[in-house]
Amino acid sequence: MGKWENNKAWFLVVPVLVFVAFSAIIPLMTVVNYSVQDILAPGQTVFVGTEWFKKVVHDYRLHDALWRQFLFSGLVLLIEMPLGILIALAMPKKGWGVSFSLVVLALPLLIPWNTIGSIWIIFTRPDIGLFGAAINKLGIPFDHTRTALDAWITLMLMEVWHWTPLVALLAYAGLRAIPEMYYQAAKIDGASAWSTFFYIQLPKMRGVLTIALLLRFMDSFLIYAEPFVLTGGGPGDATTFLSIYLVKIATGQFDVGPAAAFSLIYFLIVLLLCFVFYQVLQNVGKGAKV
Amino acid sequence: MARIELDEIAHSYLPDPKGESDYAIKRVHTVWEDGGAYALLGPSGCGKTTMLNIISGLVAPTKGRVLYDGRDVTAMTPEKRNIAQVFQFPVLYDTMTVFDNLAFPLRNRGIEKNEVNKRVHEVAEILDLTPFLKKKAAGLAADAKQKISLGRGLVRSDVAAILFDEPLTVIDPHLKWHLRRKLKDIHDQLKLTLIYVTHDQMEALTFADKVVVMYEGEIVQVGTPEDLFENPEHTFVGYFIGSPGMNLLSCTLNGNIAQIDGAKIPLDQNTAELGARTRGKIELGIRPKYLEVNSEPGGNGVPADIKNVEDLGSYKIVTLTLAGKTLHAKLSEDKPVPAGRVWLVFPPHGIRLYADGRLVK
Repeated sequence: MGKWENNKAWFLVVPVLVFVAFSAIIPLMTVVNYSVQDILAPGQTVFVGTEWFKKVVHDYRLHDALWRQFLFSGLVLLIEMPLGILIALAMPKKGWGVSFSLVVLALPLLIPWNTIGSIWIIFTRPDIGLFGAAINKLGIPFDHTRTALDAWITLMLMEVWHWTPLVALLAYAGLRAIPEMYYQAAKIDGASAWSTFFYIQLPKMRGVLTIALLLRFMDSFLIYAEPFVLTGGGPGDATTFLSIYLVKIATGQFDVGPAAAFSLIYFLIVLLLCFVFYQVLQNVGKGAKV
Repeated sequence: MARIELDEIAHSYLPDPKGESDYAIKRVHTVWEDGGAYALLGPSGCGKTTMLNIISGLVAPTKGRVLYDGRDVTAMTPEKRNIAQVFQFPVLYDTMTVFDNLAFPLRNRGIEKNEVNKRVHEVAEILDLTPFLKKKAAGLAADAKQKISLGRGLVRSDVAAILFDEPLTVIDPHLKWHLRRKLKDIHDQLKLTLIYVTHDQMEALTFADKVVVMYEGEIVQVGTPEDLFENPEHTFVGYFIGSPGMNLLSCTLNGNIAQIDGAKIPLDQNTAELGARTRGKIELGIRPKYLEVNSEPGGNGVPADIKNVEDLGSYKIVTLTLAGKTLHAKLSEDKPVPAGRVWLVFPPHGIRLYADGRLVK
């Protein structure tokens, strides 16, 4: 009898299962399906097993793109996290300045990603761009379409300008949530500003900073639209990140099989790294329970 | 350790206070003797916490001076005043061990390592925290955390006073008693000046030698628990202290008689004379435990009606109406309670008179 009632309960889960199937499982399985077949023509496919995976894993251009991607994400996190925290610490705590700085900070987050690329193309053009022309006038040659370093500098600047506000907003929310009495206690204990930051503010912000770090890592690791618009992956392959290379394979060369295998590996890397970050941050500064 | 004097303190959170209602603390002039255990008692929003923060230096008063042993400290930071404060919720440095938490105030003051070690171990011993010293503070139970907050005050041997802002709010009821006992022990042992803010009269009356009752930004009475019970100086103290509080009835005086509508209540000679000399709105106050409830008229009984009887095990609370006003009487368990119409006797020794809220004396 109990069993029959339990079976009935399964019907209630069906809508969720259907939704998840169509939103996640079926598309993912399609990719899995492509990754093990060679599509010669529509309706004419050959099972190739792990061939595409082997090919992708040994693709030196993909290796280059992967290291480039790690370098990019690493630099982004190293710059944006401390900078975001600094901005949050410097933001006003009350009065009209609060809403003002929140709006100003949020502006870059509201602009469509493609538009951001276009804005920065114009901004950094060596002939007419405000930034590019000015810096060339100062006697420093700067052209992101020709020099790899300049392309990277432009991309980093754009990325930091675009996404540091997110870190700052999250950190600010974390800071505001610290009850006043912690600061009062620190004052009474004679703590310096640095101790207050290190022993109160930073530990109390751990939750929001974890979220900020994960979001920034995922977004920067999956970055596509801005470099696609700004540099198109160039000059050469200098700014060809994983997703740009992936799209080149998938739609440029129409190698759907390798692209699918590539996607799966890409997905697993992101998943694994997020898991590692999360675990590390959860355990940082946490002691043994009593 | 210090004798703390508040000299004509007033405080407003507004930048430009105008009328009296703009002030959170209206006018406070009082002394906290060195080594005393004080409770600062009052309802929420009466200015207790503001007053505590003025003493500790977290808030600078709009007017007046704060003196420690006669020295003006009004402009000094809490750190300079050498005060310790325990807050409503335990404040810990989560990433540190219990030892480091306790050592933190000493290290910030550049105290030598051996001395830090010695002090921390002494304090951990007093607070029963020794087994936890190596553990991270974040994982401990609320009462242990609150003990650590207290410990950070105790480690400083020269601390002027320890201030408590409703420190037992988050502690389980069965541990509250234990912690309060601990505080009392520490007070007896170390002879520190303790000021304990609470809105719980039980907590105040059991903890303190002297209770300071605040009401709407003013201190209305400073006294021993017994003073507060027997001679409330303000009608607020009367009904705030005691459960249920004092019965307060507006009345008119006529010689030795206090008249409440039709009911005539005789006063003793002394009270009547005091009353005759005062002006203002007169109220008669009597504690529920002094009221006598008789089923027969006679003596000086005035008629009243019983509305409700609550049996609380060791005593009964009787709710009555007299001339349209509600009163409470506290009767011992063995005394039978008549139903309906009864006659209330107001024994003269239990009666206090109030003029405009203040005790007539």
